[in-house]
Amino acid sequence: MTDIAQPGAQPGAPAGAWQDADWTERRLRRRYRAERRFKIYGLVAVCIALAFLAILIGSVVATGYPAFVRTSVALEVNFDPKVLGLGEAPTADELHGAEYPTLLRETIFATFPEVTTRKERRKLLKLVSKDARFELRELVLADPSIIGTTRRVWLTASSDVDMLIKGNANRDAPEDERRLDDRQIAWIDSLGASGFVETGFNGAFFTNADSREPEIAGIGGAIMGSFYMLLVTLVLTFPIGVTAAIYLEEFAPKNRITDMIEVNINNLAAVPSIVFGLLGLAVFINLFHLPRSAPIVGGLTLTLMTLPTIIIAARSALKAVPPSIREGAYGVGASPIQVVFHHVLPLAMPGILTGTIIGMARALGETAPLLMIGMVAFIVDIPGGPFDPATALPVQIFLWADSPERGFVEKVSAAILVLLAFLIAMNAVAIYLRRKFEVRF
Amino acid sequence: MPQGRPQGVQLTILLIAILALALIGLYFGRRRALGTAGTNLSKLHSMPSYHGWYVALWCGIPSGIVLVVWLVIQGPVLEALLLSYLGPQVAGQSDAMIGLLLNDVRNLASGDVVSRDVDPALQAAADRYASMKSTAGAAVLAIGLALGGAGFGWAWRRISPGLRARNKVERVVNIVLILSSCVAIVTTIGIVLSVLFESIRFFSIIPFWDFLFGLKWSPQTAIRADQVGSTGAFGAIPLFTGTLMITLIAMLVALPVGLFAAIYMAEFASPRFRNVVKPILEILAGVPTVVYGFFAALVVAPTIRGIGESIGLDVASESALAAGIVMGIMIIPFISSLSDDAIVAVPNALREGSLAMGATRSETVVKVILPAALHGIVAACLLAVSRAIGETMIVVMAAGLAANLTANPLDAVTTVTVQIVTLLVGDQEFDSAKTLAAFALGLMLFVVTLALNVFALHIARKYREQYD
Repeated sequence: MTDIAQPGAQPGAPAGAWQDADWTERRLRRRYRAERRFKIYGLVAVCIALAFLAILIGSVVATGYPAFVRTSVALEVNFDPKVLGLGEAPTADELHGAEYPTLLRETIFATFPEVTTRKERRKLLKLVSKDARFELRELVLADPSIIGTTRRVWLTASSDVDMLIKGNANRDAPEDERRLDDRQIAWIDSLGASGFVETGFNGAFFTNADSREPEIAGIGGAIMGSFYMLLVTLVLTFPIGVTAAIYLEEFAPKNRITDMIEVNINNLAAVPSIVFGLLGLAVFINLFHLPRSAPIVGGLTLTLMTLPTIIIAARSALKAVPPSIREGAYGVGASPIQVVFHHVLPLAMPGILTGTIIGMARALGETAPLLMIGMVAFIVDIPGGPFDPATALPVQIFLWADSPERGFVEKVSAAILVLLAFLIAMNAVAIYLRRKFEVRF
Repeated sequence: MPQGRPQGVQLTILLIAILALALIGLYFGRRRALGTAGTNLSKLHSMPSYHGWYVALWCGIPSGIVLVVWLVIQGPVLEALLLSYLGPQVAGQSDAMIGLLLNDVRNLASGDVVSRDVDPALQAAADRYASMKSTAGAAVLAIGLALGGAGFGWAWRRISPGLRARNKVERVVNIVLILSSCVAIVTTIGIVLSVLFESIRFFSIIPFWDFLFGLKWSPQTAIRADQVGSTGAFGAIPLFTGTLMITLIAMLVALPVGLFAAIYMAEFASPRFRNVVKPILEILAGVPTVVYGFFAALVVAPTIRGIGESIGLDVASESALAAGIVMGIMIIPFISSLSDDAIVAVPNALREGSLAMGATRSETVVKVILPAALHGIVAACLLAVSRAIGETMIVVMAAGLAANLTANPLDAVTTVTVQIVTLLVGDQEFDSAKTLAAFALGLMLFVVTLALNVFALHIARKYREQYD
């Protein structure tokens, strides 16, 4: 009896053990325990995967949501023409080139008249963004009549102040470990106490392009870059992918060559994306001399990358159309091309579109090949077309993730949230299309 | 800009003109077909719209070919013309100097920044270049339009009720279909050639065996001859071991989690659980890799470092462990969905037979279903390994740059893809061993992942037949 209880001893159970109710009972219980254990392993695996997803999304959301808010500081700005260096009736050019940095400086100094030393004043200037002068310029250019008047103007606060107000910077840390010293915090608190500090929705994050200053850096340029790139990709992959799929699925004779094309497409779909980047670099930039960092090159590279995916998706959509449709069309005298273009293709279209959108979503999230073709450049202009230098949303995330400044960490997370939102939206459209238009035969 | 791209404008005009001509052809071809047929439409061999397409194709294809041919040959042709113009000035200079000069002329002609002082000779050459360019553009525009018009006239005159327009149009469609399915082949050939050529150039500088079995990787070559300590070493073994270590860690995370998740989902979970959890797991597969990279670099790596320090271990801030774990998370849905397919594909008869013999569900899974689905699971693992080897962003953001030959997962290691990115990002001259090394690494990557894929598909295909 003793050796039966050991695991693995069942095959050699002593004669008569099967009649021993006790032995059978114990063995059964052990088997059920193993069953439960196995089931729990599975459940734990699923939970681990879900937990990873939750931590991933949670950490991005937790660090990212403050970026959708930004801090502004109100200052009483006296648009003094003398400070601005403007005469009577200034021209548009003069307005454009006026002394806005001086105006900003004078305004800040006037707000805190008690601060007089040079060193302290320099600290004072760190409270508002370096780009606040451009905000002043925009105000004047929009309405030159404000020159000579005094207004309360909301200016973007510097990234350090922004972090402080949002509670990301630790006030209690020793002074030399903080970005803002005690004086600066005192100034901000005094402004805040009189209602001159405010946080509001950060619309500029969606419209600005990249910048060295975290408080004004935005993803507008990157979104436009990604848009042009996807446009190029879509315009090329969709027709090429669909026609290739039609040929392979409907017309190709079964021979060596079409077999080779098929194997080829399946293997291309699994080639690492960075290799497509090398191809884009060698062919489009070094051979065809297309401009570096341009969405057109990115689009072409992504086209080659997504083409296999779309061909495979389109083929399975075409395959799902039953032969009876084709035979019916042949029966009324349609030519092979007419059968495909008038009957099979329209029925397969929902599936093809779904596959295309999913392929596009993948292209939108792709980063590695874009690094190869120079889309990592620091670009402060919003691209106006596919030939302008641009960056893409995932590349922007990569660039910001490399920046050491604290202000960029929340920008990265916010950009990731925007990217994920786009991806989820695209996938939702794909699922909707499939549910709504898919014909079940 | 405006003076810089007169030719671009001409080509755009040509493109629009071709499209417009084709549209006009479409309309008038159709009308003429209807006109010739009179009241009896059944006299027409093809439907009127095919006659329209016939004319449109005759308008578009010849002039389109002119446009494409010009786009391809304009660079070399203009360069040759420019060289023959510059003739005496460049005689005796090295190829690189001539290339630089040509580049400056081109940039000056399009109004961009130039790398040297603009002297009258250069300005003259640039003017000459610009005028050649615009003359050539005008000529192409004229030729294209003439061909389009001629094609229109020719096709228009041929339209008659007996014209087999449909067959002709369909032949063109057929050719288009064949051409687009060849794009995939062309892409593969392009990858192989571009990577291979640069690799061969690299191996002419660095011997192949030194690259493959060298133990030291430090690609910093001397820019100036008098620089010290930067001769450059291109031994790829540390990169291979680094890649393998990160891949191994990733598989250690992904394989148990992915496989058990797949088993649970396929064999134990209720349909409701399945319907809710499966799409959620698929989100993991849809998250862009740059997001995983951010997660690895800013969340996982500091956490691991913190844990390591609290138990007295020295953990590099860019440890292989962090990159490997996050890469494993990325691969989980890949393994679980492929294994799930393999498990579901096992015929129910096997499952029911085993249960009928009194086996519990877990015994059925371990002794019947897994052996039957093994080919699919092995294929999934191979594909996952190939994915992990080729994955770039996670390791670029979370793994190190220094090529350490180590077996300690807490150290920083570097991978093949990280090195490709580091060698090629930023402005570099294209002929140095440093940039060419990236292509040699790319070749290795391509060959290895291709071999893994082919092998995986072979396994999946060879053993699947048994149950069909």
